[in-house]
Amino acid sequence: MDFELLHEAFPLLLKGAQLTVLISVVGVLVGLPAGIALALLRTSANRRLRFLVRLADGYAALFRGTPMLVQVFVLYYGLAQIGMIRQTPVLWWLISDALRCAMLAVVLNTAAYTSEIFRTAFLSVPRGVMEAAEACGLSRLHAFLLVRLPLAVRQALPSYGNEAAIIVKESSLASTITVLEITGHAKRLMSETFAIIEIFVMASVFYVVINFTVLGLMRLVEMRLRTPGHAVARRR
Amino acid sequence: MTSDLWTMLFQQSWALALLRGGMTTVLVGVLGMAFGLVVASPMAVARWQGVRLLSPLIDVYSILVRSVPGLLVIYLLFFGSVQSFERVASAFGFQPTRDVYPFFIGLVSIAAISCAYSIEVLRGALETIPKGLIEAAQALAVPKHVAFFKIIVPLALRAAAGGLNNVWQMTIKDTSLVSVVGLQEVMRVAAVASGITRSPLVFYVLAALLYFAITGVSQWLFARLERRLERGFGAR
Repeated sequence: MDFELLHEAFPLLLKGAQLTVLISVVGVLVGLPAGIALALLRTSANRRLRFLVRLADGYAALFRGTPMLVQVFVLYYGLAQIGMIRQTPVLWWLISDALRCAMLAVVLNTAAYTSEIFRTAFLSVPRGVMEAAEACGLSRLHAFLLVRLPLAVRQALPSYGNEAAIIVKESSLASTITVLEITGHAKRLMSETFAIIEIFVMASVFYVVINFTVLGLMRLVEMRLRTPGHAVARRR
Repeated sequence: MTSDLWTMLFQQSWALALLRGGMTTVLVGVLGMAFGLVVASPMAVARWQGVRLLSPLIDVYSILVRSVPGLLVIYLLFFGSVQSFERVASAFGFQPTRDVYPFFIGLVSIAAISCAYSIEVLRGALETIPKGLIEAAQALAVPKHVAFFKIIVPLALRAAAGGLNNVWQMTIKDTSLVSVVGLQEVMRVAAVASGITRSPLVFYVLAALLYFAITGVSQWLFARLERRLERGFGAR
């Protein structure tokens, strides 16, 4: 590997890595709460919410059943066609910029997957535990915040770690709508320098470093949240 | 609007093009997954047995591909091989048409990606088989290959069904990424159509629905397959 290439490619890929991290962080910070909220809605037994529950189920199924590339293109190229969206300043602000649009796509996509992870986690909380909380006189809010949520979060964490790593990878699709993150820069460098393998290896190193950091952080959170005396479910 | 839609879809026959793209998507998905599985099976067995030298190598391949975006893998294979492919083809005296190459490289990349994920699924499934069972087969002097094909494989397959379903869902969605190298599958057709007709919204939404239909149907088929594999194990 020659140093000239390294010298040229490294700063560009590093700049790309900042965007990749930015998109992923937004994806986690917005997508996680949104996904948990959706999961709550989807597991609610309230009959008055039935229509909303159906809607949320459909949303999750649609976003999980279609490739993210389609979602990105519908958001970026498709929605701009609708006059109403162009005239609504907030929506147009979101859609018109490629980076913001990519973030929106990542958030919408991960919220659907996260809602599925937390839905099963909420369902896995034994009913007896919730009845015990009720018997102890906890209010519904307290029972949720002190009992149901912590148990569900512990259950969901290993899967959510995988989802976070997927967010990092899916952020590469931003390159298809002109956002120059790692993959975007890598593609440009590949077609300019023809040093295909070298560029691929360098870009991969960036992704591997980011993903290992993400998984390491998740492992830390998992250790912190571990209940003494209870084994944590092993990943894989 | 509706008459426009009718003209676009049927008089300009974009509906037919989309359906043909859908067939290409399914074909690339099925073949890619099949090739991936064929390669992944011996690799998973090697990992399971802990074959020296081979096992860590396979692990590196699997970890690398799983932590790097599919788009990057496709760029590597595409840019890395386009020249040598043309050279080989012309050495054998035939001019590769513009359709052959993207199909070939699309298939290879889809297979390479799904293979990396399949290895982990299959290895995990093999590891669910209790040691006692294998020892029992040995004690009964069942020949090794018979024990493998008649006892281990059927049990592992049952354990792998869910994971392989996930890999398949991912694979069929990953095929959309091959559109960046020009294979005429759903996404490519939708992109071309929206460029010509200037209505990206319609075509990308149609593409999304087509993918949704494909994943929906395959999900239904998998549910049936899983029920078959559960036969004889009692309802769970």
